[in-house]
Amino acid sequence: MTEKNNNDNNEGGADERVVGTPTDTTDVVTETSAHSDSEHNGPYLASETHKRSEEQQRRGEKVASIWFLVAFLGGIGFLVSYFLFPPNAAGEPAIADPQIGQYSNALLGGTLTLAMFAIGAGMTVWARNVMPHYEVASPYDELPSKEEEKSSFSEFFMKSADESGFTKRPLMRRTLILAMLPLGLAPIVLLRDTGPLPGDKMKETRWTDGMRMYVEGTHRHLRAEDLENDPYGMISALPALDDEGYPHGMSLTDQAKSVILLIKVPEDDWKPGMDTPVREGSDETHMNWTHQGIVAYSKICTHVGCPAALYERTTHRILCPCHQSTFDATDAAKVVFGPAHRPLPQLPIGVDDEGYLVARGDFNEPTGPTFWEYKD
Amino acid sequence: MSKTTQAPKALRGVGNFIDDRFHLAKTGEKNLRKVFPNHWSFMLGEIALYSFIILLVTGVFLTLWFKPSMLEVVYDGSYERLQGVPMSEAFASTLHIDFDVRGGFLVRQIHHWAALIFVASLVVHMLRVFFTGAFRKPREINWLIGVAIFALAMVEGLFGYSLPDDLPSGMGIRILQGVMLAIPLVGSYISMFLFGGEFPGEDIITRLYMLHVLLLPAILLALIVAHFMILWHQKHTQYPGQGRTDKKVVGTPMFPAFAVKAGGFFFFTFAVIAGLSAFVQINPVHLFGPFTPTSITSGLQPDWYMGFLEGSLRIFPNTLDFTIPIGQGYPIVTAVLIPGLGIMGLLFGALGAWPFIEQWITGDKRARNVADRPRNAPTRTALGVGGIVFYGLLWLAGSNDILSETFSINLYLTTYIFRVLIFVGPVLGYVITKRICLGLQRRDRETLEHGYESGIIQQLPSGEFIEVHKESSAETTHVLESKPVISSTALEEPETDDKGVENPNARKGMGRFRRALAHWYTKDNVSFEGVEAHTGHHLHHGAENEGKGH
Repeated sequence: MTEKNNNDNNEGGADERVVGTPTDTTDVVTETSAHSDSEHNGPYLASETHKRSEEQQRRGEKVASIWFLVAFLGGIGFLVSYFLFPPNAAGEPAIADPQIGQYSNALLGGTLTLAMFAIGAGMTVWARNVMPHYEVASPYDELPSKEEEKSSFSEFFMKSADESGFTKRPLMRRTLILAMLPLGLAPIVLLRDTGPLPGDKMKETRWTDGMRMYVEGTHRHLRAEDLENDPYGMISALPALDDEGYPHGMSLTDQAKSVILLIKVPEDDWKPGMDTPVREGSDETHMNWTHQGIVAYSKICTHVGCPAALYERTTHRILCPCHQSTFDATDAAKVVFGPAHRPLPQLPIGVDDEGYLVARGDFNEPTGPTFWEYKD
Repeated sequence: MSKTTQAPKALRGVGNFIDDRFHLAKTGEKNLRKVFPNHWSFMLGEIALYSFIILLVTGVFLTLWFKPSMLEVVYDGSYERLQGVPMSEAFASTLHIDFDVRGGFLVRQIHHWAALIFVASLVVHMLRVFFTGAFRKPREINWLIGVAIFALAMVEGLFGYSLPDDLPSGMGIRILQGVMLAIPLVGSYISMFLFGGEFPGEDIITRLYMLHVLLLPAILLALIVAHFMILWHQKHTQYPGQGRTDKKVVGTPMFPAFAVKAGGFFFFTFAVIAGLSAFVQINPVHLFGPFTPTSITSGLQPDWYMGFLEGSLRIFPNTLDFTIPIGQGYPIVTAVLIPGLGIMGLLFGALGAWPFIEQWITGDKRARNVADRPRNAPTRTALGVGGIVFYGLLWLAGSNDILSETFSINLYLTTYIFRVLIFVGPVLGYVITKRICLGLQRRDRETLEHGYESGIIQQLPSGEFIEVHKESSAETTHVLESKPVISSTALEEPETDDKGVENPNARKGMGRFRRALAHWYTKDNVSFEGVEAHTGHHLHHGAENEGKGH
């Protein structure tokens, strides 16, 4: 141990150092260079500096320089690649074409990678072959302050606080704290208008009695025959709305609430759950809400809201691909597996005079993820 | 050798200009002399830092074109396959970056890859800190800052993933909203306020954008700066070795060596991220298409760091759900609350609390600058591995549909398997790891006493064959000898005094509990007591132990 250091060397009492200050390293350097290695002229102690041989350094310099030249070429390559493929130029290979875009990406990225890697490699060669290997020792700071310093601080602090009157003038102190309270609430209050209160918004959808249905993604009205001919059919549908300003005919918010799955179930496959009331105290059963073997459920999973879009025809199971909640379409969408809290809500359906499928009202329960007041 | 080069005049001029105003010569030299211990595992945190820098730079580039707007437009940009498709402006501008801005695709890929690597490297860095006990006094606060960075990085990543408004990204937000709704009493209010109405509304992307590019990065940057300043002030921990003590750090000085090494490493990190971005496609939003709340694809996977939450949402059953029978009834949706929020609370709570729990168990109040070798703290190491197994299983469960398809296992069966494994796995991980640690300790003791196996077979005069053991190097011996004794102040006082009266500290609930924990924490350990280096008979076999078998 060449470095003088109070922390691990108690015998050297002469070397007084105030806690928290750096060691006087310059002093140490002179000291060692004086008696050990007069040749050594580095910034750190000779004993802490393991120099590379001159030959190794010379070789290192060459290799590092080659890497830096490679990096230079990589950088030039990057600039060239940038101008190689223009954006969306008529008649020329442009990055708007995914295939060309991929070449552009690979060229730009490849040259960038090369440049970065070569700089890194060159610097590593520099550090490992040209620069000495250092093993420098340095003390960790003594952590707690000395007792005198601590008590001096706390005495100073409390005297100042007393003199300021903060501790001795309670009326002023308390009114100041009082003054802060409403201001502390202000930012929270200001957030009030970030959104409306829930109210009943989440419990109502755009479905009304007599509203026809669009096949999802089209503007084609659905007829009962679209499903009747297929004993295992499933169609995803939305209310037939054409709101202005929405290419889909309705906002995503409305879609998210009102999208349904229409499923045709063969006569014998219904399960007893269909004969229970659609909600507590209602005269209508789930079966009453179907039309000629077609049943309509909300497509949005009651777990956390993914579309439960997978339908297994043979078992009539509806599966949500996100977390695998599974609902039995023949049993009032009862949860048969997975984390969902409650069945998919059901939509009452029928046909109008022209044979189009229509809703006969809104869902029996709020659609979407289950929330605290969904039953209210 | 050569004379010191004179600083160029311009540089001296600048130096003097600064020093005239800030008086920095002394502080500057002190900091340039700062010592950084050498070990590959100390570079993990550096990777995280460098990826963060890359994220900031590439993120700024992306903001030049990205439009955080949910206004529905019909796409008419240059990517032909989506022309005429209705989508949000956010998604359309993302396609613009991909197909109309040169290098835009690359920078988006770099941004995404850097985010994945940022979280990955900070997690591995955190594990290194945990397993080497580098979180111990005086570094507990820096550990807490690190945990906060981890938590924020996850949220920051999720929000960033959500901005392009492609199909999977919107579904991530949907799941987030579903978890919010499950919060008792206030769920629907939180959701309404965050989304500016019902899901998805027309505000969420604008708001997430502000959080993603302004608020969260600002907090992250502040925390990272604080993390780094504390590290700078307290100095880095180091592994045991000759000359390295709790009082003295040995390593590479900042200037010139560490600066060049770290600089080079920054370029390596950038090269790896750029290479991945050039050749490995990540998050191809143009193939996913725009978000609609009514469509989904199977086999959907979140970014890796959200996988454990996805997994816990998948395997947690709804059997614990119940309804509070007041009025119409109010649901407590445990199948969302526990996996969605509880697991996160458990993860970050346990991480944040562990340094203090361990300190309470051991009563160790000393400043620890020499890191533990993981085997020398077997209970902690085993607990850590148990935690990794728990996290890892949840993470795997997040791809149970992919596993089910790849290995042709029934989907529901994978869920059942994970429901069992999540309890069995961590226990097995704990037990096995502890045994491995103790085995390694035993081997250390063996090496210390008998030296290492040289591979030379010798025949003794008695005809017996032995393998010659040789003395380990002074460095190895030092490291082996420095094995700390794991003890606890709770066990210093005997349970009963010499008259058989129970120790009052051990009788009360907390005291008894602490003693029990201390016993659990310290009991399994290979004692090195009385072991002296190179005294074992293997080394002196031929001379002393003639005829004795072994």
